[in-house]
Amino acid sequence: MSEQTTPLIEPAEQQGETGARSMVLNMGPQHPSTHGVLRLLIELDGENVRKCQPDIGYLHTGIEKECEAKTYPQVVTLTDRVDYLAPMSNNLCYSLAVEKLLGLEIPPQAQWMRVMLVELTRLNSHLVWLGTHAIDIGAMSVFLYCFREREDILRIFEMFSGQRMMTSYIRPGGLALEPPRGWQQRVRKFIDAFPSKVDEYEELLTNNPIWIRRTRGVGQISLEDMLDLGVTGPMLRAAGLKTDARKDEPYSSYDQFDFEVPTRTENDVYARYQVRVEEMRQSARIIKQAVEGMPSGPWKADDPHVVLPDREKMKTQMEALIYHFKIITEGFRVPEGEVYQVIESPRGELAFYVVSDGSSSPYRVFMRTPSFGNLQATGTMVAGSLIADVIASIGSMDFVLGDTDR
Amino acid sequence: MLPEQLKEDAVAQAVEAFDSRALTGGKIDRGEVTIEVAPANIASVCGFLKHDQGFVRLSAVTAVDRYPAEPRFEVVYHLHSVNPTRRVRLKCRLSGENPEIESVTSVWRGANWYEREVFDLFGVRFLNHPDLRRIMLPETWEGHPLRKDYPVTGSRV
Repeated sequence: MSEQTTPLIEPAEQQGETGARSMVLNMGPQHPSTHGVLRLLIELDGENVRKCQPDIGYLHTGIEKECEAKTYPQVVTLTDRVDYLAPMSNNLCYSLAVEKLLGLEIPPQAQWMRVMLVELTRLNSHLVWLGTHAIDIGAMSVFLYCFREREDILRIFEMFSGQRMMTSYIRPGGLALEPPRGWQQRVRKFIDAFPSKVDEYEELLTNNPIWIRRTRGVGQISLEDMLDLGVTGPMLRAAGLKTDARKDEPYSSYDQFDFEVPTRTENDVYARYQVRVEEMRQSARIIKQAVEGMPSGPWKADDPHVVLPDREKMKTQMEALIYHFKIITEGFRVPEGEVYQVIESPRGELAFYVVSDGSSSPYRVFMRTPSFGNLQATGTMVAGSLIADVIASIGSMDFVLGDTDR
Repeated sequence: MLPEQLKEDAVAQAVEAFDSRALTGGKIDRGEVTIEVAPANIASVCGFLKHDQGFVRLSAVTAVDRYPAEPRFEVVYHLHSVNPTRRVRLKCRLSGENPEIESVTSVWRGANWYEREVFDLFGVRFLNHPDLRRIMLPETWEGHPLRKDYPVTGSRV
């Protein structure tokens, strides 16, 4: 975050190609299409962008510092708040990291349930992205369609966890609560109807001439630049690189699911749109497989030191009550070590670097968030384009500012 | 010297062959490879790993403060090779007296913001960094919050 003490971009001394002096435009930190408090400093030559520098940090809340003052179970609630569109992905990544440190085995039902929930999260995130991205470019109605389905997903989350957004449902050791009665019917009803809803969005956009003109050939950046600058996720896949942590480094039994990793080669805003739409269809496939093949058995690991006891046992058995009291008040001790757990969040590579010193609070938690890496490419991506295309370009990155600033 | 644990690891062997003085230690823990690198050699080792070993991506740069132990700071680099999928962690130890290290922005431009973040929150300076300013906190902020001697609660006087 920058206060106005030093100018970030000095207007260029030399005259532009058109003979006019360049000007510096300050877009944000409250501009509606920056989706949060992002500030872009754009040096303009007429309508052409010469240089663009993002300025971040307005949403920095010191979450990583706060993690060090909490016990391991308490940190879960902080991970929700990093990325409000993908809370389950953050829960999962953190839980996997802690479980790797503990060497904890998670039962199959919990693993499959996690996969189903993070894929619903992916749909949730892509739907909000699609709706707001379309609004930025001027297609108003798509937003209403997307939020209709998003509402269904949030209701499913509420059914599972009691919360629509800050779910904290995936915990180290398994799930927070037993899956609710009747979840199969609810999820199946949603997922059976979902592919036809994607058709509806596509009907509005895919062949829409205005949409195509605003997005095709816009926001191009070479694959080498993207790899160099730390871009991950759908943006790389839209440039033809088939990389997806779900396939490359499978976690939480993703290797048991049958799905494709969609790629395009055009590497523009339109290709990123196509990749994400196809990802929604693939997520629907995964969710369907999860609903149909959900293994039975326990939904949390059998480790009384880490996992809270059943409510009923807690009321009737002395040991269970003691364990419950210990975990709630002190947390659990985690063996010394460090892990870097990577998962594929809706936005790209999400990683938690958790360092333990053997106590019941993490010594250090670092969140490698996809938005931070992706946003870094903004300057390279929009330099040389038109000011009107800046909105389409940054929209295609799909970042969340909370995720960037932490 | 190549530690016993890393004798079988291809990446560690390659780093050892590239510059045996650069490699100061390392381990394999929970399936993850950590290579400790002498701070003076970090940029050359990273350049070697990127161009010779296929680690095209720098996943992240961060730091850990081991206060009050010395050397106090660990600067941690997570490298990623996309094809084949491989990950390696590099670690450099810096003293609290004068924590500075060569920037790796010349190898991956994406290191820019990560190093700025470490500078901002830990106070580690990166030499030859193109734009070393605070990134999260205001320029007028005092102190480096992720240091262990920076309190979690309390008000500023």
